[in-house]
Amino acid sequence: MSTAKTDWVVTPEMEQEIISVAKRYHDEPHQLMRILLAIQKIAYNSFPREVAVLVSKETGLPEADLYSYITYYAMFSAEPRGKFVIRMCESAPCHVRGAKAVMEAISRTLGIEPGETTKDGRFTLEYCQCLGMCVEAPCILINDKVYKDLTPGRAAKLIEDYMSGEVE
Amino acid sequence: MLQETRIVLRNVGKIDPVSIEDYRANGGYEGLKKALSMSNDAVIGEIRTSALRGRGGAGFPTWKKLSISAGVDADQKYIICNADEGEPGTNKDRVVLSGDPNSIFEGMAIAGYAIGATKGFIYLRYEYPYIFPILETALENARRAGCLGKDIFGSGFDFDITVVSGGGAYVCGEETALIASIEGKRGEPRFKPPYPGVEGLYGKPTVVNNVETLANLPCIIEQGGAWFSKIGAPNCTGTKIFTVCGNVTRPGVVEYPMGTNLKEIVETHGGVSDGRGLLGLMLGGQSGNLINPSQMDLQMDIDTCRAANATLGTGTVMLIDDYNEILDIVENIMGFFIEESCGKCTPCREGNIRMHEIIHNINTGNGRLEDLDLLEELAETMKLASLCALGQNSFYPVITSLHNFRDDYLKAIERGQRV
Repeated sequence: MSTAKTDWVVTPEMEQEIISVAKRYHDEPHQLMRILLAIQKIAYNSFPREVAVLVSKETGLPEADLYSYITYYAMFSAEPRGKFVIRMCESAPCHVRGAKAVMEAISRTLGIEPGETTKDGRFTLEYCQCLGMCVEAPCILINDKVYKDLTPGRAAKLIEDYMSGEVE
Repeated sequence: MLQETRIVLRNVGKIDPVSIEDYRANGGYEGLKKALSMSNDAVIGEIRTSALRGRGGAGFPTWKKLSISAGVDADQKYIICNADEGEPGTNKDRVVLSGDPNSIFEGMAIAGYAIGATKGFIYLRYEYPYIFPILETALENARRAGCLGKDIFGSGFDFDITVVSGGGAYVCGEETALIASIEGKRGEPRFKPPYPGVEGLYGKPTVVNNVETLANLPCIIEQGGAWFSKIGAPNCTGTKIFTVCGNVTRPGVVEYPMGTNLKEIVETHGGVSDGRGLLGLMLGGQSGNLINPSQMDLQMDIDTCRAANATLGTGTVMLIDDYNEILDIVENIMGFFIEESCGKCTPCREGNIRMHEIIHNINTGNGRLEDLDLLEELAETMKLASLCALGQNSFYPVITSLHNFRDDYLKAIERGQRV
């Protein structure tokens, strides 16, 4: 990842927002996952140490527990990610319907490899496991939107639309 | 051509999923109403008569699960709907969750009444982010209509449901891992007993059921267990939702009676797509089995599949065309299990890694004939010593492909030795 770490600053506005979401934990401890996932969306689709410190202070959960938690569940990242996280399903039903070629097309279009983020900080590309769209495979998830029945051509066009800002 | 028998999918595609009026106009909440006029024991008795077995893969009798929790004295009990549908090749629960959520709520309320639980949780996998708003709107509408919440239909019975989220961990489909996850911990399975039915969420008696199992309950109560028990196969009653996917002409999520012939299912869906040949099939999910086309004349129910060394599992029927290589698929599948093993117990954590390594070696021309025995030995260790169902099943694609596609393994090894 070529983006300098200094580009990813947790601003005071972000801090405020993080604290206000974390407060929900007191009334709804069983919603910890949804609270942390919502918090992750605030600062670069990630959960870096600075965020964990804030959440720990507000909720009383030890920082070490939070780290253990977010490194366990695949949906979290301790490293900063782009505004758009693109997840390509690599499980067997997508695999037998050409997931690899779709991934290559996306990777070529963005100019990055799986696991990397584009220099402008907009896109992160990841492999993930089954998205439950097996009857319309292969499929990807871009943030919370699912795109299915992809071919390399359709996938490249979709990513280009995101790159040009046509899709938000 | 098979015709569907729609029980669980009765309303899917026909009603507005979030509309309580639509659901009730189609007989919705009549099952719950009837249950509330019966004793708890009678409700469990009706489910016993139906002989319904869990649809999450294990096939445990539903009435027994309920009866265990009903028999425990506790100030609080819970019903959990397992909507962590992570098994690759399965998207049946997604269809019910997004198409007819009230059928799940009603099933949960019936189960809650049966065991004396007033709270339910739906543990929804994060990979279905677009389903959260559907469930929450449908819940709000059901509460407003008095179908959920306090004093349901004036019976004095309270039951409410909360939607919680998974975080992208396949192992959370295992009930003790799922419970740990709702409790705010890493979703790692624990040793059983105690079973969740006795000591589950926050240490209280908890019944964890699959989406499809729960959505069957309203019909069973309304139309009677005897009616249900006549559908499907003996010992394996009712219907099963199948996810027909892979290289198939007409993929789809469909509901057929238990015991439907696999060959007929494949034919109904138009066989292999693009005029290619059939290499094999993956049945019951990625922790299921890889079978070859000669084994296709098979009755799809829990016991017949088990006896034939196949799995019904979650109802996955994935076709694989002959442009694929079986070893490549097995390598892909084992990559999945390395990723998804929680790492708590050694046989699963290490076993999956070593199996993947051996398959990779064979696949890249570095295999040895003794590797095949090693795979069998590894599988045996994983089966006997793994803590939960993940490690106890993840080797099945390896072992079944080794038995059903042995020539492919031998050829790959031979190819390597010639170089």
